Amino acid sequence: MKNRLKVLRAERDWTQARLATELAVSRQTVNAIEKGKFDPSLPLAFRAARLFELTIEDIFQDDVVS
Amino acid sequence: MNKQKTDSNAWAASTARNTVRLGYWTLAWLATSAVAAFGPKLVWDFATLPTILSVLANLAVGFGMILATRRHLRGLDEMHQKIFLDAGALSLGVGLVCGLGYELLEDIRLIAFEPKISHLVILMCLTFLAGMIAGHRKYR
Repeated sequence: MKNRLKVLRAERDWTQARLATELAVSRQTVNAIEKGKFDPSLPLAFRAARLFELTIEDIFQDDVVS
Repeated sequence: MNKQKTDSNAWAASTARNTVRLGYWTLAWLATSAVAAFGPKLVWDFATLPTILSVLANLAVGFGMILATRRHLRGLDEMHQKIFLDAGALSLGVGLVCGLGYELLEDIRLIAFEPKISHLVILMCLTFLAGMIAGHRKYR
């Protein structure tokens, strides 16, 4: 699953640690999600969407669809 | 946003607390295991009452450690929960297969000594450790 977390984070000039704090996960988890190595759960995807005031589809894209 | 940040900081503090708490429970369990194992022989000369009490204390603290492990696991974020559970599943599988195989070796007289449970525990611990390391490397 692709995602725009890294871009959205860079737009706000946030570090991975800052984003991890905002999402209540570890920095390693943010790093793994950004690299596409770990797919977040639906609740975590919703938290990210709320944080960036976007829809889940704006942040995460299914590899098959795109 | 501020509430979310407060929640996040509380989450990080809670995770750290759970980890320390699990460490204390593990140390306490090791201590009670040592007392139950060596106390009868070295301290109270196999007197029944202290032996029973030491075993009961070991079991009680052991259950406390299990609950502390559960709390620790539930406090982790989802990726670390997955790494922990994957390593646990690997350890359980290896322990079951190798443990039964090890026991079978004596039954069919391929080894001359009696299999020791401590060997199985060591194998499971090492397998869990290897699983944790592999999991962290996978998501690095």
